Amino acid sequence: MLSALRTLWFTFLHLFRRRETILYPEQKPYLAPRYRGRIVLTRDPDGEERCVSCYLCSVACPVDCISLQKTEENGRWYPAFFRINFSRCIFCGYCEEACPTYAIQLTPDFEMSEYERPNLVYEKEDLLISGTGKYPGYSFYRVAGLAIPGKDKGEAEREEPPVDLKGLLP
Amino acid sequence: MSPLAAGLANVFGILVALLLLAAELTWVERRLLGFWQDRYGPNRAGPFGMLQIVADMIKILFKQDWVPPFSDRSAFVIAPMIVMVTLFLAFAVVPIAPAIGVASHLDVGLLFFLAMSALAVYSVVLAGWASNSKYSLLGGMRAAAQMLSYEVFMGLALMGVVVLAGTFDLAAIVRAQRGLWFIGPQFVGFVIFVVAGIAETHRLPFDLPEGENELGAGFHTEYSSMKFGMFFVGEYAGIVLVSALIATLYLGGWQGPLLPPILWFLIKTFFFVGFFILLRAALPRPRYDQLMAYGWKVMLPLALINLAVTGAVVVARAAH
Repeated sequence: MLSALRTLWFTFLHLFRRRETILYPEQKPYLAPRYRGRIVLTRDPDGEERCVSCYLCSVACPVDCISLQKTEENGRWYPAFFRINFSRCIFCGYCEEACPTYAIQLTPDFEMSEYERPNLVYEKEDLLISGTGKYPGYSFYRVAGLAIPGKDKGEAEREEPPVDLKGLLP
Repeated sequence: MSPLAAGLANVFGILVALLLLAAELTWVERRLLGFWQDRYGPNRAGPFGMLQIVADMIKILFKQDWVPPFSDRSAFVIAPMIVMVTLFLAFAVVPIAPAIGVASHLDVGLLFFLAMSALAVYSVVLAGWASNSKYSLLGGMRAAAQMLSYEVFMGLALMGVVVLAGTFDLAAIVRAQRGLWFIGPQFVGFVIFVVAGIAETHRLPFDLPEGENELGAGFHTEYSSMKFGMFFVGEYAGIVLVSALIATLYLGGWQGPLLPPILWFLIKTFFFVGFFILLRAALPRPRYDQLMAYGWKVMLPLALINLAVTGAVVVARAAH
């Protein structure tokens, strides 16, 4: 009985404590830089799309919310379309982990409510941002051995020119 | 105003006020619980969230009103009505202020309240039985056992007040407390009545009839839409009723200095409404056997001793 009264009193004192609630729309919560929110597609420092349509994000996605189609243009791979269904996305970040070119990244933004479900399907133009996201200097084609117009084999960063296997000279 | 018009104004005024109050209490409770849990509670709809109940009402009225095909239809439909009707009827005998109250001068007022609260048990039992599902039945059975056993010493605790005031008339009981509130001489009775009142309205910590973690929702598991809403309004009307009776019987009802009588009545009533909500915020639910043992082994003997001592003192005083 006494302990019950004690409990009552201590519970009552909570009336004068600070509220833990963050009154959301007026008061924004702190979101860590690595918070996993809305997914974006980034560009490399030259302003080209980073995505090379390797499908790894689509494979890694546990809820199959990413769909894309590869297309090729002047030796570079691009997604013809890149579609994320955010009504399915669980923001697990596996796509970001799977991405070999830092193209797909999660941002600390979650305010993407819609009144109609189809509006949650984001196309490539909705996903692409103009910047480089979390990895400012990185450009896949600059470090990859793949030959593209303007950069032949062996011209990438930290890459030796290819060895001519049929040549006799050392 | 003619007596008839005054009477009608009294009846409908109290009825509407009680209904609104019981509904608004859902908001009050959520708000207070929030405060005691370091949250805000519903604070969006209207000033301080007071219009939350309007939103809730719209929602609950538009929900599907489903009567399970396996239920006993007529009893199922009647059960939630009984709780509302009996609790509102019981409110008729509560004297709110000298001139406000439907039948506050009824000479069996207190007995009428006990009879009505006993009838309210039917609603819970019928609801549990007519639902024809195991959780509902268990909830209904628990409710029947709990409310009947707590009713016994609730009545006995009240007899102490009756002995002191010499009447069952609630308005006369209030007048009898002009010098000294009965909470002084009847403190044990007061405590017993508060405990019994909590059990009678099956509020936490005595809400075993609806113990969520064991019984789904207990006796109203199968209820939906406004039928469920009626149980809910009934529960809150019960809280108001028991609080009002505590104020009337032990705290001098409308009496108090400076402020108008009705305000004093409301202050005292709401103090206990707040206390009921605090109980819910603070205390865990006892086991069922603990609840019954507590009722029969502690509260009943205490109530009997209280009644005997009160009676002895009154008789001894009268002999002088």
